[in-house]
This record gives sequence, structure tokens and C-alpha cells, in this order.
Amino acid sequence: MVEEVSPSDPGGAPLIAANYTYSSITDRIASIVLTRPTTLGWLAGFALSCLLLITLLGAVSYLLLRGVGIWGVNIPIAWGFAIVNFVWWIGIGHAGTLISSILLLLRQQWRTSINRFAEAMTLFAVACAGLFPLLHLGRPWFFYWLVPYPNTMGLWPQFRSPLVWDVFAVGTYLTVSFVFWFVGLIPDLATLRDRATHRWPKIVYGILAMGWRGSAIHWRRYESAYLLLAGLATPLVVSVHTVVSFDFSVGIVPGWHSTIFPPYFVAGAIYSGFAMVATLAIPIRAVYHLQDFITMRHLQNMAKIMLATGMIVAYGYMMELFMAWFSGSLYEAYTMKNRMTGPYAILYWGLILTNILIPQALWFRRVRASVPALFAISLSVNIGMWLERFIIVVTSLHRDFMPSVWRMYSPTIWDWATFAGSIGLFFFLLFLFIRFLPMISISEMRQILPGSHVRSES
Amino acid sequence: MRTPALYGIVAEFNHPEEVVAAARAARTRGYRFMDAYTPFPVEGLAEELGFRFNWLPAIVLAGGVVGCVGGFALQYYASVISYPLNIGGRPNNSWPAFIPVTFELTILVAALFAALGMLALNRLPMPHHPLFNEPRFALASRNRFFICIEARDPRFDPDAVHDLLEGLSPIGVYEIEQSR
Repeated sequence: MVEEVSPSDPGGAPLIAANYTYSSITDRIASIVLTRPTTLGWLAGFALSCLLLITLLGAVSYLLLRGVGIWGVNIPIAWGFAIVNFVWWIGIGHAGTLISSILLLLRQQWRTSINRFAEAMTLFAVACAGLFPLLHLGRPWFFYWLVPYPNTMGLWPQFRSPLVWDVFAVGTYLTVSFVFWFVGLIPDLATLRDRATHRWPKIVYGILAMGWRGSAIHWRRYESAYLLLAGLATPLVVSVHTVVSFDFSVGIVPGWHSTIFPPYFVAGAIYSGFAMVATLAIPIRAVYHLQDFITMRHLQNMAKIMLATGMIVAYGYMMELFMAWFSGSLYEAYTMKNRMTGPYAILYWGLILTNILIPQALWFRRVRASVPALFAISLSVNIGMWLERFIIVVTSLHRDFMPSVWRMYSPTIWDWATFAGSIGLFFFLLFLFIRFLPMISISEMRQILPGSHVRSES
Repeated sequence: MRTPALYGIVAEFNHPEEVVAAARAARTRGYRFMDAYTPFPVEGLAEELGFRFNWLPAIVLAGGVVGCVGGFALQYYASVISYPLNIGGRPNNSWPAFIPVTFELTILVAALFAALGMLALNRLPMPHHPLFNEPRFALASRNRFFICIEARDPRFDPDAVHDLLEGLSPIGVYEIEQSR
């Protein structure tokens, strides 16, 4: 056996455990897909997510049969769970592209072992998100009316409406996220093609890899394309949740009509996205023994980003309160008072607890160094961000300008079934991804080995 | 027995530095038709192999311009020419409201041009290639670094290329047949 390059400690906490080589990184990650037997845990998890997926199919079928009347939505609360879940999922979908593109442009090497996985999570979360506004249309089979195309009715989408902007923002985000993810996968698909021993994996990965052979000239263009995609995705990721926030802030409803919404939504999206990455990465690294690749440094960096974005979100909440008082608007002031003391007050204080107070524990180094604590906090943030969207959507709508139209909102069993089902869809796709594609970018992991950089000769 | 036509001669190396040095050596000997195959991008290797101009940024810019102009034109046509609609007394060409869609389409088309342009310039998908005839070549996607001097090079002489590559202390030197 010929001697291979072995990494030395680059200084500081390691991004990858010592003594890995190009070949051992490759074999380690590829083996999860190619040779490791399917575990019982995977089968159990997959079965559970299939069960939830079936729930979703059932709930959607009944919805198509009966219409949105089966949900708890009413007038004035016409948005309900559908929009709460839409915004929650799309927020979760922000971490992937953020990790991939912004951290790439900032040369944050620690992104490498979590980016692939976070990108896949983004795709699946955006797919779940897209489901809700479509189902909420009332007649989902006419969804293509949202797309501008020459039609016999002579009609166009209303381009002045934030809801149409949303179609373009989410559609672009889904497409660009997929392209970014797939371009990143190509070299790894070639690795799987070359490492596969059975006929069918060879053929399938071979087709997907499109004949990638690692040519230096191809790599040169590939890196250029990847960097350009990152540059394009960076403003995109900021724009998507900005446009989602326009859905609210362009409306004159008290509690929505505010200029703080775009930045505070984007920060909240990144916050919830990192929380979901942590929620998923912590069990996966334990189950697949990936502690060498997803190290404590990764988890701690994610915790710090969560803390920073969480503080921006907290600032957003405080600014909402301040503006409600400072604006002198009766309706704004009442909306805030209603949030804190009205019928949904328990959810508001639950939001403050799970989204603002509990994550303050991240200030402590000991908490950031504890995996169970990080896991618990990330779950708390996931719940908190869902509550935030519920509070924004429901409390603003249920009591607006005229007390005569005030009404309560309560979700029905079909709301819950669709929500749980979307979680099932998310995990269904995630389990398939973990089983059939490399969840850590192999070619990028090779690059963080110290021997991989050619010193330029003078 | 007929000997199949030669595609090129490959040398296999262990370290990225060695393949860069090999590319430089082959280039100083005057070889022009060659390529290197590595498990990850190696800095400066493409330039050593004679890669000169990267068209991709220009393609992406073109995509961005197409998306931007096309996106705005679409909305202008729909709202001003095809079906003018008075919304709250705003002008038909209420351009600030058209910015979000214009922006999204700029990104969308530029990103598609980036990915498809990269594939097209690289002549991918290409499911078969003579290099895949060599079983050792599978390691190019794992841990080995290959350089291939191709037979179509006007200065190509099998013995001279063998001598050159063997002199660089590779793990192995293999002849690649054109096809099976």
C-alpha cells in the first residue's frame, strides 16, 4: 500500500477528526449509501414517516373532495394553519442555502460537512411549504393560473400583488436550490458510480453523474459555476422571506403593516433553519457515527448563529411593541395588548418562552458544549418559530378594526392531519436522501484535508 | 490481432503537487492536448494544462440580463399592453411593484444558465469516455490524481510520452484504448 496524505492539526478546534485521508473520507461516506446494511432504525423511521405521509394523502384527498371548509378557517381568519405552516416550512428552508452560499462566499470552511444535508433539508422543506398555499387556493387544480401564460381567457396574474410575487419567489427558490444541490452532487455521484459494485447502482448513479470524470478543466468551470450560483443564491435567500413578509406587511391589518417585517422575517427564517439543521444533525451524527465529520465545532458554530439571529428576532418583537405604542394607533396598540392578554395569550407567552428566553442559555459555553442541551434548545426554537407564525397570522386577523367581525379560530382535525402529514412528507424525503445519496459532500471534505492545497511556487 | 487505436497515455499519482508538476513538465515538452483528472479541484492545475479563458461568467451575465429584461417586459406587456387594469388608481406601468418578480426571474435565469452553461462547456452529459476503459481510473473519484497525454497531440509519440511520465515517478502508467 502506498503511503497517503494524512492531515495535521490545522490549529484551533478541528473540522474533521485527525488521521483521515482522501480514501478513508470517500469510503466512510460512500459506505453509508453503498455497503452498510439498511438498519432497523432507518426502517422504523421510514415506516413512521410513510404512515404520516399516508395521513397527508388522506387529508388532501378529503380536502379536494370537500373544499377548504373542512379546515378551521373562517372569515375573518381566512389564512389559518395553511399560511402558518407555509411560513414555518419556508423559514426552515432558509438554512440550507444560507449555509451553502453565504458561508461559501465568506470562506467559512466549517460549512462543508453540513451543507449537503442542509441543502437537501431546504429542498424538502420548500416542497412542504409549497403544498400549503396550493391547497389553500380553494381549487388547487387551477394552480397554473398563477403562472403567466397566454390563455384563452385573456387573463394575466396580478403582478402588483405580493401573493403573485410569492409564487415567483418560492418557485425560483425551489428551482435554484435544486440546481445548487444537484450541481454539488455531481462529483459525488461519480464517486458512487465508481465505488458501486452492483449493476443497478452503477447504472443509476452513472446516469445521474452524467459522465463526470474529474477533469481539471471541468473542475475549473465547475468551481466557477458553483461560486456564481452561491453569489446568485445569496440575495435570493434574503429576498424569499422578504417577499413572504410582504404578504403580511403590504396588508393594512394591524400587527402586519410594518416595515420591520422583512428583516425580522429573514432573521427568523435563518434562526428556525439552523434550529432544524441542529435538530436533524444531532441524531444523524449519533446514528451514523459521523462525529468525526460533524464535530462539536460545527454544533457550537450553529449555536452561535442561532443565538445571534434569535437576538434579532427578539429585537423584532420588542420593536413591534414599541411601534404599537409609539405610533399612537389605537388598533396597533390593541392588537399587541390582545396578543399579550387576549384569548391566545398563552401562545404568545409560550412563544416568548420557547423562542426568546430558553435560547438565552446559549450564552453559556457549557450549554453550547452539551449535545443534549443543544438538541433541546433547537426543538424549543422549532416550536417557538411555529408559534410566532401562529401569533402573527391568527391574532392579527381575529380581532381587527371592527368588534362586530371579531371571531375565534380553532384548527380542525384536518388542519392537524395536514400539518402532521407535511412533517411526514419531509421525513419521508429525508430518509430516502440519507439512504441513497451521500449526506456529506465527499469532494469538498477531501478539500479540507491539509494536503489538498498546492503551494504555489515562487 | 488488430491493435485498437490509442486514446492517450495516463499516469497515476498520489499527491496533487505531483500532478501539477507533471502537467508543467508535459507542457514544457510542448504537449498541448492533455488533461488531468482529480478527486477534487486542484488549484492552478487547469492553467498548467493550458486553460485560458473561462466563458462561464459571461454566460451567467447574459442569463441575468435575459431574465431581468424578459421579466420586466413580461409584466409590462401584461399590465400595460395586453390587459390594463386600474388598481387603486395606480399607473398601468407601476414599475416599483414589478421589481420583486423582475429580481426573481433575473436570479432564476442566471442560475439556470450557470448550471447548464457549465455542463455544456464541459460537454456533459457524456456517458462514455475512453478513460473509463481503464479500471484504475475509478480511483480518480476517490484518492488518485491522473494526467493523460492524448494521442491526437501532434507531438505524441508513445515511447517519448512513456519516458516522460515514467520519469515523474508515478504509481503507474497505463495506455488507454480508444474504444472496446
